[in-house]
Amino acid sequence: MLESLLFLIMGSITIACALCVVFQKNPIYSAIFLIQTMVSLAVLYVLLHAQFIAAIQVMIYAGAIMVLFIFVIMLLNLSKADEEGERDNLFFQKPSAIILGFILVVMIGTVTLKTVFQGVKGEYTPETISQIGNTQLVGKMLFTKYVFPFEIASILLFAAIIGAIILAKKRIIED
Amino acid sequence: MIEALIFLVLTIIKIGVVVGVLLLIIAYLIWVERKVIAHMQVRLGPMRVGWHGLLQPIADGLKLIFKEDIIPARASKVVFVLAPVIATVPALMAIAVIPFGDTISIFGKSIDMVITDVNIGILFILAVTSVGVYGVILGGWSSNNKYSLLGALRSSAQMISYELSLGLSLIGVIMISQSLSLVDIVDSQAKYWFVILQPLGFLIYAISAIAETNRCPFDLPEAETELVAGFHTEYSSMKFALFFMAEYANIITVSAVAVTFFFGGWRGPYLPPVVWFLIKMALCIFFFIWLRSTYPRFRYDQLMKFGWKILLPVALLNILITGLVIILL
Repeated sequence: MLESLLFLIMGSITIACALCVVFQKNPIYSAIFLIQTMVSLAVLYVLLHAQFIAAIQVMIYAGAIMVLFIFVIMLLNLSKADEEGERDNLFFQKPSAIILGFILVVMIGTVTLKTVFQGVKGEYTPETISQIGNTQLVGKMLFTKYVFPFEIASILLFAAIIGAIILAKKRIIED
Repeated sequence: MIEALIFLVLTIIKIGVVVGVLLLIIAYLIWVERKVIAHMQVRLGPMRVGWHGLLQPIADGLKLIFKEDIIPARASKVVFVLAPVIATVPALMAIAVIPFGDTISIFGKSIDMVITDVNIGILFILAVTSVGVYGVILGGWSSNNKYSLLGALRSSAQMISYELSLGLSLIGVIMISQSLSLVDIVDSQAKYWFVILQPLGFLIYAISAIAETNRCPFDLPEAETELVAGFHTEYSSMKFALFFMAEYANIITVSAVAVTFFFGGWRGPYLPPVVWFLIKMALCIFFFIWLRSTYPRFRYDQLMKFGWKILLPVALLNILITGLVIILL
């Protein structure tokens, strides 16, 4: 009862903030609403008994990545037109965004309907998770069953870091 | 139903007491800081209001409340008002998972001396305090002032960099105690303090905690000599006071975490646990003030180099060594 009430409140806050991210004209305000979206998503994770994911969500997304977003927006030194929002000249942008968005919604919808609502009850129910411990379980899965994708992701990030360093270095040498 | 009601009332009382005491400590911390620094510089410090200036915090508070509240022209108003709140609330929230003492029983009911013991304890603290950086960034940005913006940019880079080594320095302790809950971590220090097993971890924690709270020698966000007052240049009256409170609340939080992780939490002989906790925390806070009156400020490039090239690799090395020792023993 209390949980579903909380879910309704936080879910609607999340959706409202997500809409504000898109419709705000000033990019800083968009970023602030995106932070709020991340934090409300974290509350939804807590309601799903995934406390570890919730803490990581706030720590990484709201606490680190969004700081960089705001950092970059502040450094870009926005002009008055940017802050008030300009009509852009890319005529194909809106129709293609609508079509791609529709495809995305259909895809996510079918996958969710096929797996979540008709799937069988898995091995890890909230009871077993709370018995073993959420964090311990995530760690165990990451280093046993999903160790290969986990390591691949780290190599991908490493490559991205090296790429960023090379791009930054190049500019210094040219100057 | 009755159980749930009792739990609710107890929790509300606990929150009230803890936050009340926290705010009182914050108010008197400012007095303590002024007094300690004054005596270290062979001055007297505040002496006029009350005995040895003991009523100074109340006078300061009243003054700040009644001062004119100025919002600069062309400032982003909503964000300008929101920023001090964003800075203060997470700083006060983080104290919720720190255990102050052993379980006590009143009227046959056992009460844990912690507001709530969540199983991701330390992650909660790190997550909540990482949100606090927005208060500084948004405050600096919304003021529409060059110095504020520079202070905000500096502090956001500084706080993100040192947050990493702060989190990594605690992993050694978590590996030994096998739990993220702060209550369990205190329990596993029954025999010896973790500062003995994790001296390197404690050193890294101490340095990055000072950097995280923007205190001297890492007080670049508000470097008076170059940036007027940094991110809070344009703030006045109670909004300024909120930033001040957030800084002191953060000092208390990192000191409490240091006590819980490295100095055995509330454990100690003879005296009651809460008193031990407060004594240990007071010593940690004294260390902060001592540093401020001793060391000059870092230069910005030194700060970044130190954080990324020394502190982070050493923190990773500490985890590696701890893991090796745990496997070999």
